[in-house]
Amino acid sequence: MSVLTERINEIIKPENLVYAKSPLLNDDAMHYCPGCSHGVVHRLIAEVIEEMGIQEQTIGVSPVGCAVFAYNYIDIDWAEAAHGRAPAVATGIKRVMPEKYVFSYQGDGDLAAIGTAETLHAINRGENIVMIFINNAIYGMTGGQMAPTTLIGQITATTPNGRNADLNGYPLKITELIAQLPGAAYVTRQSVQTPAAVRKAKKAIRKAFEIQAKKIGTSFVEVVSTCSSGWKLTPVASNKWMEENMFPQYPLGDLKDSGRADADLYRIKG
Amino acid sequence: MGELRLMKGNEVIAEAAIRCGCDGYFGYPITPQSEVMETLMTLRPWEDSGMVVLQAESEIASIHMVYGAAGAGKRVMTSSSSPGISLMAEGISYMAGAELPCVIVNVQRGGPGLGTIQPSQADYNQATKGGGHGDYSLFVLAPASVQEMHDFVVLGFEMAFKYRNPVMILADGVIGQLMEKVELIDQRPRWTNEQIEEISGDWATTGKRSNRQKHVITSLEMDSNTMEQNNLRLQAKYNRMKDEEVRYESIECEDADYIMVAFGSAARICQKTVQIARRKGVKVGLIRPITLFPFPEKIIAEYATKVKGFLSVEFNAGQMVNDIRLAVNGKTQVEYFGRMGGIVPTPDEVELALEQRFNN
Ligand SMILES: Cc1ncc(C[n+]2csc(CCOP(=O)(O)OP(=O)(O)O)c2C)c(N)n1
Ligand code: SF4
Ligand SMILES: [Mg+2]
Repeated sequence: MSVLTERINEIIKPENLVYAKSPLLNDDAMHYCPGCSHGVVHRLIAEVIEEMGIQEQTIGVSPVGCAVFAYNYIDIDWAEAAHGRAPAVATGIKRVMPEKYVFSYQGDGDLAAIGTAETLHAINRGENIVMIFINNAIYGMTGGQMAPTTLIGQITATTPNGRNADLNGYPLKITELIAQLPGAAYVTRQSVQTPAAVRKAKKAIRKAFEIQAKKIGTSFVEVVSTCSSGWKLTPVASNKWMEENMFPQYPLGDLKDSGRADADLYRIKG
Repeated sequence: MGELRLMKGNEVIAEAAIRCGCDGYFGYPITPQSEVMETLMTLRPWEDSGMVVLQAESEIASIHMVYGAAGAGKRVMTSSSSPGISLMAEGISYMAGAELPCVIVNVQRGGPGLGTIQPSQADYNQATKGGGHGDYSLFVLAPASVQEMHDFVVLGFEMAFKYRNPVMILADGVIGQLMEKVELIDQRPRWTNEQIEEISGDWATTGKRSNRQKHVITSLEMDSNTMEQNNLRLQAKYNRMKDEEVRYESIECEDADYIMVAFGSAARICQKTVQIARRKGVKVGLIRPITLFPFPEKIIAEYATKVKGFLSVEFNAGQMVNDIRLAVNGKTQVEYFGRMGGIVPTPDEVELALEQRFNN
């Protein structure tokens, strides 16, 4: 038992406990900046895996991006994928071990720029995996450059005068694209900036993992996220900026929940 | 004696993969090797052995699928031809860094760029010097017959798991398209979960049980001292390969004045050249490297003090010749002869080159 846990046990008596950290999350200090959404989503994934009792059957695929070290925090087996290739890595794992739960975890640069082909094709094949997509509209890890999801007018290291559509193209609504694919069973967009939002996001992640067991296609959970460092805002101001600017462009809610129905239209009968 | 069949080099790759108990193939079509996946899709091994076959959206996706599946301790492979292998370079480097076993087949065509679909050996440097970024080596096998295409799939998986390293079978369009008699191994079962646990139980991502630490497949290390130790461990492994795994064939070298060095289909042509030259009274031998990495440098160094010269014969602009020069270390003359662009030289052409280079 760590010193921290001992101290906590002294203060909090079991009879008063209303919430505890999932045992799947270790005690290592996360490397994420204060106010970063990554840590919250990690916790939700750990809780869902723990509550479903699938720790021994789950393999995670971490990206290149700020979440590259996700494998340091959640106590399951992991493969760390090259930049953008997590859906291919997850496909490889799932295809040779179809009885396992496999999920990928990616940022917007990873999933919607360099890895767009792998993203769309894994989902278009209906790989029975969960994909978690952290959309913070910026390249957090490399120091705040423009991402495919960066908003028009948003200032980043590579759009110092704000993103200009003529020069830089448009914010990519990849989740809307993905919802068109027959291989996608469940596509949803969530956020984690309030306790209520966190609870909803957790429900969505849980549902995504449960769908995986049904083998009816890919489950895709976007989390509209903050990057206080990249945005150069305090954590509180980041949440506000996200609500005011990100949500209109990336509205929350389910985009698709058709299960197998969509894919069945294409199946060979007989 | 195993089953005998007349088969194409590319088809036999597929047949050998299924028979040796391979768990998965991930690939993308490209000439001159598309028959590998086509054969697999026709044979439908997923119905019998349970082997997975998947056409990926690109070579990039293929190699990263291999990365994921290999990380799970499975025996998996891909095949491609030159431009496709270039696309895989980052993934191959990741696999070398994460020390993952796999078999990668490159049925080479001529380059650079889109080049030609005709046979070539122009990817020698790419295969033997890494090809991707960072200090790493692949275990590289060069088949010279359809039989060796078969045998090296089996041997390749053996080496891949013995050293936890990617293995490349560096073939060329001639061997890929050639039809020859081949003796096939009997069907072997795929490894069971228990066998995988025994063989790769201390690193594979098979799902974390309470009796062990989590397993992480990664090539990332932020601490310089630890990273240097990782690099040193890789180098020690490559040195072990150099000590223990060099394979070559030596033909009529004992009394030779001149030795040709050639691999793959170039070696088959040179075998004929040995006969032509010897009929003319010139004592010529042939060393055929079977492993291009580790390179058979010792045997070449030994002959360096005995022969008047080496001729490296390659279907490229002279790549292996540099490894021969390093092994010879100035002790005797080293020359190169080759053709490019998909042109396969005749044995007489090689014999003429021998005469011209060494003025007999
Ligand atoms: C092939 C390759 N190209 C570029 C990089 C550099 N790089 C690392 S992370 C990253 C962007 C990450 O942004 P995102 O995916 O949005 O993740 P975040 O850090 O924002 O969570 C880039 C460009 C790399 N590691 N590999
Ligand atoms: S840079 Fe941004 S995404 Fe990365 S840890 Fe900091 S806040 Fe999170
Ligand atoms: Mg980002």
